[in-house]
Amino acid sequence: MSLESYLILSALLFTIGVVGVLIRRNAIIIFMCIELMLNAANLAFVAISRSLGEASGQVFVIFVMAVAAAEVAIGLAIIVSVFKHRQTINVDEVNSLKG
Amino acid sequence: MNPEQILFYLFGAVSLIGAIAVISFRHPIYSALSLIVTFFAQAGLFVLLGAHFVAAVQVIVYAGAIMVLFLFVIMLLNLGTLSAKGAISGKLKGFAVILGILLAIEGVYIAANAISDPPDASAEAATESVNTTTYTIGELLFNEYLLPFEVTSLILLAALIGVIVLVKRESQAEN
Repeated sequence: MSLESYLILSALLFTIGVVGVLIRRNAIIIFMCIELMLNAANLAFVAISRSLGEASGQVFVIFVMAVAAAEVAIGLAIIVSVFKHRQTINVDEVNSLKG
Repeated sequence: MNPEQILFYLFGAVSLIGAIAVISFRHPIYSALSLIVTFFAQAGLFVLLGAHFVAAVQVIVYAGAIMVLFLFVIMLLNLGTLSAKGAISGKLKGFAVILGILLAIEGVYIAANAISDPPDASAEAATESVNTTTYTIGELLFNEYLLPFEVTSLILLAALIGVIVLVKRESQAEN
């Protein structure tokens, strides 16, 4: 398969992630959509890495995965503490910085 | 159609359907399970691209560790009853979908045109010759990208400390 088909698939997956962030108000699902976008970027990295015949892109994917793991741990801890304070994780209702 | 193309369309379709299911299911548990399907399909795509190590890491770290975190939090918060009122109004949703379609058109246009400069024949030749083993990735990771690798360990340490501080403050507040 050509590089373009992988990049088009990656763009479509990224767009689905963006639309998910826009239309969903559940903080956990917004987080999952961020993971979708990170994965779309990973797909583009690996596809370009193969097309250039170099392994650097795959090393970047491993860095992205490490950052995503850290981000999920922190983000879910924040969601749990927000839920304990407010009894909701609807991002429209959590709109003030006051605790 | 050769087998590689068939597998590409199969895995691509599964990952797209899984991604659409993530954003359309009402209940977060179903979204999480669809996300796992998407991750597995993407691991298949990585195998097609010859990135076997990345595919294994994708299954172990994403589909294994990260999704278990998601499922644990959904279970802990017991969100099934709350998620029904979680959608936005129809007009805003239509606007968001139109913006998304525009973004998709832009992305597909860029993906189809921006990289068309190198001749396809040489690109295909390069794809046949490259065989990235775990050895190659490890060599790059511990020589050329040693500093970013160490910085990654700092990021993980910061995340660890951050989560501990978040949880600790709460338990003090409860006391």
